[in-house]
Parts: sequence; C-alpha cells; structure tokens
Amino acid sequence: MSGYQGKKNIPRITSDRLLIKGGKIVNDDQSFCADIYMEDGVIKQIGENLIVPGGVKTIDAHGRMLMPGGIDVHTRFQMPDRGMVSADDFYQGTKAALSGGTTMIIDHVVPEPGISLISSFEQWREWADSKSCCDYSLHVDITEWHKGIQEEMEALVKDHGVNSFLVYLAYKDIFQLTDAQVYEVFSVIRDLGAIAQVHAENGDIVAEEQRRILEQGITGPEGHVLSRPEEVEAEAVNRSVTVANQTNCPLYITKVMSKSAADVIAQARKKGTVVYGEPITASLGTDGSHYWSKNWAKAAAFVTSPPLSPDPTTPDYLNSLLSCGDLQVTGSAHCPFNTAQRAVGKDDFSLIPEGVNGTEERMSIIWDKCVVTGKMDENQFVAVTSTNAAKIFNLYPRKGRIAVGSDADLVLWDPDMTKIISAKSHNSTVEYNIFEGTEVRGGPLVVISQGKIVLEEGNLHTTEGSGRYVARKPFPDYVYKRIKARSRLAELRGVPRGLYDGPVCEVSVTPKAMTPASSAKTSPAKQPNQPVRNLHQSGFSLSGAQVDDNIPRRSTQRIVAPPGGRANITSLG
Amino acid sequence: MAERRGNRDKAEDELPVYLARPGTADQVPRQKYGGLFCSVEGAFESKTIDFDALSVGQRGSRTPRTAKRETGQEARSPATERRSTDGAERQRETAQPEIRSGCGKEVLQNLGEEKSDRLLIKGGRIVNDDQSFHADIYMEDGLIKQIGDNLIVPGGVKTIEANGKMVIPGGIDIHTHFQMPYRGTTTVDDFSQGTKAALAGGTTMIVDHVIPEPGSSLMESYDQWRQWADEKACCDYSLHVDITHWNDSVKQEVDNLIKEKGVNSFQVYMAYKDYYQMTNSELYEVFTFLAERGGIAQVHAENGEIIAEEQARMLQMGITGPEGHVLSRPEELEAEAVFRAITIASQTNCPLYVTRVMSKSAADIISQARKKGNVVFGEPITASLGTDGTHYWSKNWAKAASFVTSPPLSPDPTTPDYLNTLLSSGDLSVTGSAHCTFSVSQKAIGKDDFTQIPEGVNGVEERMSLIWDKAVTTGKMDENMFVAVTSTNAAKILNLYPRKGRIAVGSDADLVIWDTDSIRTITAKTHNSTAEYNVFEGMELRGAPLVVICQGKIILEDGNLHVTSGVGRFIPCSAFPDFAYKRVKARKQLAVLRAVPRGMYDGPVSEFSMSRGGTPSASARTSPTKQPVRNLHQSGFSLAGNPAPCGPPTPDDIPIRPAGRRIVVPPGGRSNITSLS
Repeated sequence: MSGYQGKKNIPRITSDRLLIKGGKIVNDDQSFCADIYMEDGVIKQIGENLIVPGGVKTIDAHGRMLMPGGIDVHTRFQMPDRGMVSADDFYQGTKAALSGGTTMIIDHVVPEPGISLISSFEQWREWADSKSCCDYSLHVDITEWHKGIQEEMEALVKDHGVNSFLVYLAYKDIFQLTDAQVYEVFSVIRDLGAIAQVHAENGDIVAEEQRRILEQGITGPEGHVLSRPEEVEAEAVNRSVTVANQTNCPLYITKVMSKSAADVIAQARKKGTVVYGEPITASLGTDGSHYWSKNWAKAAAFVTSPPLSPDPTTPDYLNSLLSCGDLQVTGSAHCPFNTAQRAVGKDDFSLIPEGVNGTEERMSIIWDKCVVTGKMDENQFVAVTSTNAAKIFNLYPRKGRIAVGSDADLVLWDPDMTKIISAKSHNSTVEYNIFEGTEVRGGPLVVISQGKIVLEEGNLHTTEGSGRYVARKPFPDYVYKRIKARSRLAELRGVPRGLYDGPVCEVSVTPKAMTPASSAKTSPAKQPNQPVRNLHQSGFSLSGAQVDDNIPRRSTQRIVAPPGGRANITSLG
Repeated sequence: MAERRGNRDKAEDELPVYLARPGTADQVPRQKYGGLFCSVEGAFESKTIDFDALSVGQRGSRTPRTAKRETGQEARSPATERRSTDGAERQRETAQPEIRSGCGKEVLQNLGEEKSDRLLIKGGRIVNDDQSFHADIYMEDGLIKQIGDNLIVPGGVKTIEANGKMVIPGGIDIHTHFQMPYRGTTTVDDFSQGTKAALAGGTTMIVDHVIPEPGSSLMESYDQWRQWADEKACCDYSLHVDITHWNDSVKQEVDNLIKEKGVNSFQVYMAYKDYYQMTNSELYEVFTFLAERGGIAQVHAENGEIIAEEQARMLQMGITGPEGHVLSRPEELEAEAVFRAITIASQTNCPLYVTRVMSKSAADIISQARKKGNVVFGEPITASLGTDGTHYWSKNWAKAASFVTSPPLSPDPTTPDYLNTLLSSGDLSVTGSAHCTFSVSQKAIGKDDFTQIPEGVNGVEERMSLIWDKAVTTGKMDENMFVAVTSTNAAKILNLYPRKGRIAVGSDADLVIWDTDSIRTITAKTHNSTAEYNVFEGMELRGAPLVVICQGKIILEDGNLHVTSGVGRFIPCSAFPDFAYKRVKARKQLAVLRAVPRGMYDGPVSEFSMSRGGTPSASARTSPTKQPVRNLHQSGFSLAGNPAPCGPPTPDDIPIRPAGRRIVVPPGGRSNITSLS
C-alpha cells in the first residue's frame, strides 16, 4: 500500500467505520454471503457475526449483491485538444463515474509532441489531485519517439508508478508512429515491464480516405465513419499484434469498436499472443447508424475514433466476446465535448473533436446487455468491469477484489433497478448522451469509495480532491508470467559453421545508385563455379564435433512416400 | 482404346468432323444451328473463342518475327534428321507417344511441309481447366486450327501419336527473375538459360519482373528488359513492372505502360526498407491509380520496417549465417503485410495479387479475405510448395545460402503440404517459381552478413512436376485443377485467356503431353539452370512432360531439348482482365458515398487553434456553460422535413429519440449468445 499520497488528512466524518450486513459478496471467482467491516478506507474483516466496535454505521444489504467498485480503465477527463478542453473535468468526470458504480478511473496523459512526458504527467497529476473525487491512476501516451522519451519512460515507471503507455497508429503527422518506432517503443516497454497500449487504426489510409471523402463533398459526421472503415481498425490491430509478438511485449488494444477488430484479437489470443482487448461503453451499447442523423449536433456527439460501427449487430457481438473472455476489460473512453466545441468541425468532419461519454453508464450497460441477457454471470461481470483491469495494471488485490486488506471500494448492486438514460439526468456536462433513451436494468444502490458512502438513496456525496493517485508497479504477474517464460525460451543461436572459403563475387558498395547492368554481362560463365564444388567436401571443420545429423537426415527425408500415403488432405484444419 | 475409337466413329456420322463434340456421342444442340461460334444455351458458350480478344497480342508481335522463326528452323535441322530415323523405328512401346514425319506420297504433295509447322496430335486426352476429353489436335503456324476426331488435315503433316496420354496447355510461370541485375552482377540464369529450363519442365510461357532501380525511369527499364528478352527468350514471355518509387512521372509512365506497352500488372514492395519499400499512403495511391486504369496490383508482402529492426538485432546477437535470414523474417511479418495489403486494396477497390505466398499464416489470411469477398489472388511458388526452411540451419553454408529468398521458406515442415491443400481448394490461385538464381560465389557476397546474401531460389523447371507430385498424385487436386493453377488462372489474370492457358481452336499451340507415371530425381547435376545448388536436391517427383510444343514446334521429345534463343515473342497483356475486374466494376457502381443533407449548423462554435502544437490550456476553462447550446435542440432543422435520399439507417432527427425504440426487451429475449458464430 505504498501508493498512498499525502492527502489523507481530509476532515473525516465520524462514521469512517462501516459495517455492511447481509450482503452477497461477489468476486470474480465466487459469490458468498458474509458481512464486511471497514475502517480507514480498508476492509478489515469479512465473515459472519463479526466483532466490531460500537457505534459503527451499519448498512443492511438485504441479500443484495456487493461487488468490488468498477475500474474505468480509459478516461480522458479534462483533455486538451487544440486549445479546447473536453467538457468533463476531473471533478465532473469522477462524479459521473461514482454515480455509475465506478470507484476508480485510469486517465490518459496526452503530451503534445515536443513536450516532455514528465511535465505533462505532473500537469495531469496536478489537475487530478485538485479535483478528483475517487482514486485514479494514469496511463501515459507516447506521441513521438526519440532517445529522451525512452529515459522519461524509465523515470515514469521507476519513480512515478506508471506501468502502461499508449502509442497511436492513427493521427498521421500528429501522434502517429511508424512501425519501426512502434517496434522500438514495444521493446523498451517490455524491458521496463509495462503494458503497451495501442490506438489501432491505420492513420495513413484514414488520411487518404478523409481527403477523398472531403473531395466528394461529404463534410458531415457521416464522413467520419466513412473515412474510417472497420477494416482499417482491424488492420492496425493485426499489425500491432504482429509487432508485439516480435518484441515479446504484452499488448493492450484500447477502444475495440468493431467486429473485425475483436475477431483479430480473439484469433491472436488463440495463437497464444499476450493481448488484451478493451471494448468501451459506446461500442457495447450503441452503434454508428446515428452518424447519419439529420441533427448535426446529435450526429457529431457520436464522433469518436475508431468510430462506432454502422453495423447494428456489433454491440451484441462485442458483448458476446466480452462474456466468453476473448475481450477482457471495459473502459468508457469518456471524452465528451459540448456542441459548441464539436461545431469547430461543422464544415469539415475531420476537425470535429473526438470522444463520447460513457463512464457513468458503463456498469449498467454491461449488466443490461450481458448479465440480464444471460451471456455472463455476476462473477464474470465483476471480472470485466473491475478485476481484470486491476490484474492487468497491477492493482490487484488492492483493487478489484473484496478481501481483507483490500481498499474499501464497494458497490451494492441492485439488479432490478431500471432507469432511462438521458442527458437531462446524467452527471456529465454535455448536452447529448449517446445512449439517450436507452432503458437499462441494473444499477448501484450504494457506492462506497475509500470507505465512505458516496452514493446513497440516489444522492451523491462527493468531495472534490479526495481522490488519491494510485501508483502501479511494473511487471504485473497476470501479464508478465508468460512473457518472462517466453523470453527465456526465445534465445536464438547461430549455426556454427566452418568459414566459407570459396570465391566471392565483387559488388559495388552503393547498390542504390546502380543502373541495370548492360546485357553484355548476362551470361556468367560456369567456370567460377569450379572451385565451389569443393565446398561440398570442405568447410566442415566443426561438423564432426557438433550435432551434424542435419545433413545425412535430409536425403532420406526427402524421398517421396507412395502416392496418397503421406500427405493427407484432411490435415487442413 | 478400340472401344473409344468406335464411339467416335458413330458420332462423326451425323456431324462435320470439326464440329463433333469431342469424345462423346451425345446429342449436342449446337450443330443444328450450324455456326461454330453461335451461342446456344448449354453449348460451350463461355469457352467459345473470342477472336477479338486474341487480336491484341497477335497484331504487333507476330508478323515481324517470322524471319527469326525460320532461322530457328535451320538451327533445329540436326534434330529433325534424328526425328526421321525415329519415325523409321516407330513400332516401339505402344504406350509411348510417337512422332511421325510425313512420308512417301504425303511429302510429294506438300513440298514445303517442313516450313509450314503443321502438327497433328492424335489420340490424346485433352485436359483443360474445366473438363477433359479425347480428341485430336491439328496445329498450323503456331495456332491450334482444329480439334476433334478424324480431322481432315493436309497431307504430309507431322503426327504425334499420344496414345491416350494427357495433353495439357503449356504451363505459364507467372513469376520469374531471369537475368536480374543485382548490385553489378546478374542472376546466373539469363533469358535463354531460364526459358530453356522452363521449357524442359513443361512451361511454355514466363512472365518476368522488370525491376527499375529507384529513381530511374520505368519505361527505360522496360525497354531494357524487352531487349534482353527478345534477344534470348526461347518461349513467349510477358512482363510485370515493379514500382520501386512513386511520384507523378512514375504515374505517367505506368499509364503509358498500360495503354501502349501491354503491361497490366505492377508490383509494389512492402519490404526492403529505404530501398524499394513504399509507405501505406503510397500504396493507397498506387492501388487507387491501378484500379482506375485496370491494372493488377501485385505486392511483395513483408513488413520491411520490422525486418530492418530484427536484422539489426540478429547481427547484434552475432548471428550472421543464413539462419539469420529466416529468423529476422518470421512468417508473422509476411502475414501482417498481406493483411495490410488486403485492407488497402479493399479500400481502394483494386484487385490484389500477393506474390510468393511462403507461409501458412499468409495463406490463411488470403483465404479468409477471399471468404469475405475480397478480390485477391495468392501465388505460392515452387519452393514454398516443395520444400521448407529447415535447410537454413544446414552446416554447409553454401547450401543454406542457396535457400535464401524473401519471404523466406518457412521452417515449419508442414507448410508445403498445407499450401498444396489451399492451392487445391482454390484459395490460392496461381503458381510461379520466383526463379532467381545466383551462383555460390554470388551468394557469398553475404558470407559474413546474411542481409547481403542475394535472394532467390530456383524452381522454374521443377514447378509443374512438383505440383503434380505434391497435389495430384496425393489426390488433393484433379488434372483439371492442375491445369488451372499451372496455366489457365495465370492466363486469365493476365488477360491472355483463351489465347494462352487453354486448348481450343484459335489458341496458341503451346502444349504439353504429360506423362503421369515417369519418375525422376531432381538434382543440380542434371537440371537446366546454371546454379550449383538445387533447393529440391534429391527429391523424387512423379509426373513429367514427355513432349513440349511451343509456338507449334516440338521443343522437347525423348528427353531432348531443341530450343532456339530469341524465338520468344512478347505477349502484351491488356488492361481490365475480366477475371479480376468484373467484380471490381460491379462494386464500383455500388460504392458511391452520399452525404446527409442537413440544415446549416448555426449554434455557437468554440474557438480553437489549428496548430496542434499548443500547450494544454488552463483548467479554468473546463466547465463550459450549457446555456446557449440548449437552443440547438430546436433550431437548425431547416431541411429536416425532406425525405432521406440514401440507404443507411437514418434515425429520427427528433432530439430525444422515441423512447419505445431503444427499450430493452425482457431478459433473455432479444440478444442471443448463440448468434456469435
């Protein structure tokens, strides 16, 4: 618990001690009935007939489910974008999160290219420390690549408790890195024991398509989705999986928005790649048909990247993959802009600031779409909303589990509560809610954050600035156990050979300036080959001493078996 | 045999011989209407020869070369003498095809017989990609003139008695690199040596790659390659042009090559960083351009950036031998690049052709893409179908180096079998050889650094036999599919069909009489390439050409090759091949995007800075007021009453959506977990 920062001296209400009686505790592995006693923001006892001090505030759960508070792994509160700032700051954002049953958020630090990672990180810390109402942590985005960045990453991992870095394959000429740079970033990340996150879209193709679509006179928000087809997302996912495999680096795909991208992740996992996929509230709860809305402001409210898929079966599909474990964690990518801000792009969709809401609706949407429909059970629900995130980012078991010693971040969940999501009643500051009118079943009755009751009977009691920064250590077991084993195996060895002593052709050193050789040179005589024949016999100085079964084995191995015997057409899986 | 002939006699009673449906006595409706080319339902409409399509190639290149062909004839004369002695003792084994020159009276009637190139193949089983049937073939002047039973042919025709053996269209090797310049040296097989090897293996046409150095003119390189090939090629050839850099003048040249020079396929490289490699944006532009002009986009699919990183890592680790080549180019990088190329091609609606499919994963990606409907063709090569990459670890440096090619052979020994299966199922479409051989001393340029080893393997000679052995004798494919993957599909992609790739009246007389039973062992001692190593060394292959006829002349018989350098003609390929572009054209018509007509947005607009370099603004601005914006719900709807003109679901423009639509149905009702396939 070394991550506690200095801000613990907030005036405490006397009822810092809390007892929850008669709840059904739901962890990711099992559910059981027990009472919980909390003190000083930490769970002290779990069991029946607990012996607790007198005068403790008691909540009677009446057999309702008590689960670890949600962790929203992807938010962008207060994110600067071209001089504007996303509409929800850390106060509004975390308030919305708490009201939805999320007790921890992980925000993204987005350093402008040219600005130091550490100073951006400090800037975000400052913003969040002064405003956040719940615990938080930070991912850092890598928006450019040079030697200095590598040192800063080291410092962030070692001294600042950051263990995840995001790279962008999109946003050409702004944030985008080349494949070679991504390879180097991943290599560094693996050595540091962090997680490589990827915003997966092929920025080159997106840029070309944007130009083409603007040329065709399409300037509205529908151009956003037309210029970013889901194939482009799937391609980038596939590419980052490839690079991650090469570098033996754990990979985390943020914002899985389409079926094809999810499929690529699922396939890669089947092949054994260490890759995690993060669908967001928007991709699980709605689709991209709204980009064609006649109401510009409404259509613009859905603009995010990668875009919501226009295929209306996408949410259902992603929910199924989330339920079966092919996708593991859920975020919200909460980064809303108000309509006036969006209107910056009223004549050119490529200028619309990107981001949708979702931090408040996340838990309820997943409950409604997955648990109510029978795709997953309550334990898997806890896993995808909280536990897996805590494991991947090395917060487990402090977060993501109800156990003695864990933080007292709890949610008393009411599976029968229904509500209709609307911009009128939500806690975000924006005018549009992309889930407008959706009726969801399931919601938090009581939310306890840092051992204090934050939501009770529909009333929020948040304290601005009470959120602590939670430092995260590198090499999370959940991710790195496999990586470590593989890096031990993956040592490559050269073949010991005798020195090649035959003739060597002469070449010009600078191949690039070569003109094609003239046709007079086209028939090299066979003479120079003569000395080479010796090579069959020579050059084996080491061959006797080593395992030289290579060569004799070959000749027998290559003889064809009787037709139809060896090769079998059914062997094609 | 006698029975078969009997059948044919019956059929011929009712029909003019040249119209008889070969090999069957069934009633065929077509003859009643008499026309050879009239399209009658159920007749061979799709197989009817379209002479207009043929004219493209014949116009320019046929006539001027007749002089040359005559010299070819003279060069061949010793062989001809030998053949007549053969004819004298023709009562050999009946199973073997016999070749008979015209004799006696026939010779008297046709004095100029030797020059007219007339040839009759009797009693063969013609195998096309769609069906096989028994018929005789009569060829004249390098063209197939008649197919059928009991053909009426001029006297004095040289006759080959096929004795029921298969007659297949000559192979088309769609990927060769003969005489390729490499850093001041040249691949050891030039066009003469290379096409000789090709003919020896039953391949009667090759398609070579023109590789302009980055920065040099495509057109000049093309002319250079034409010159080399015209001088030396022994069989017909065509050319792909590689695009190694991209700018407006290259664009212009590509346009000219398509319109005037008969090139319809262009290769781009995703590997060879800082040399040939193109960025994604360039690929997008090239593909867009080719899609407009009706070209085929070929890609060398490997992620060059990662390779460069991996190569540096290998060399750092002290791995300098050929095994470093395969270690630095794992098959995932190939699959990744294939995936990316397919994505770009599908965005630009351009037909894609992936050269050198070397690994299972790359092949899988292609077959998945085909299932999703992408227009993509995969080309495994002889080496990837026949051998694997375990040899890179050979202790013999020279042997290991002879396997170096890019993408590398996969070290997974099950790869060849898998690729053969996909080839048989149609997921991979064509086969090439990527024949690009270097001598050991040339390979030794990279003896201390595997990245310097010149890349390329042999395979043009072994291609047909190898596929027969690996795919047909194992029962994966039938003889028709064999013809499709070795010849017909290539001809279709290049828009040369039915001139090449089919045995039909009017097609070129490029034929192979195939012996399904002959067994030979591949070895560098006997192969026709100049290279010292053969990557298939020691392999025993079943199936080989018995007789090869190219341009109507017998090139291979009784194991003897009679080739003439320089007789090969350039065959121009025209743009928009139907095989690839029919689907693309249909999709283009569908893919029109339309904007949504909306009223002008007249609400407030935030201020913003265009340059993204700005520092993050102060947090004081973080809570924008909601007040002015709320009006928007009511305003800005001037056009809203108009009907929506286009397809995509247009949700209502009412600010707050009708609640009924999104209301959840009872638990378990609507969403169904089984819908996840």
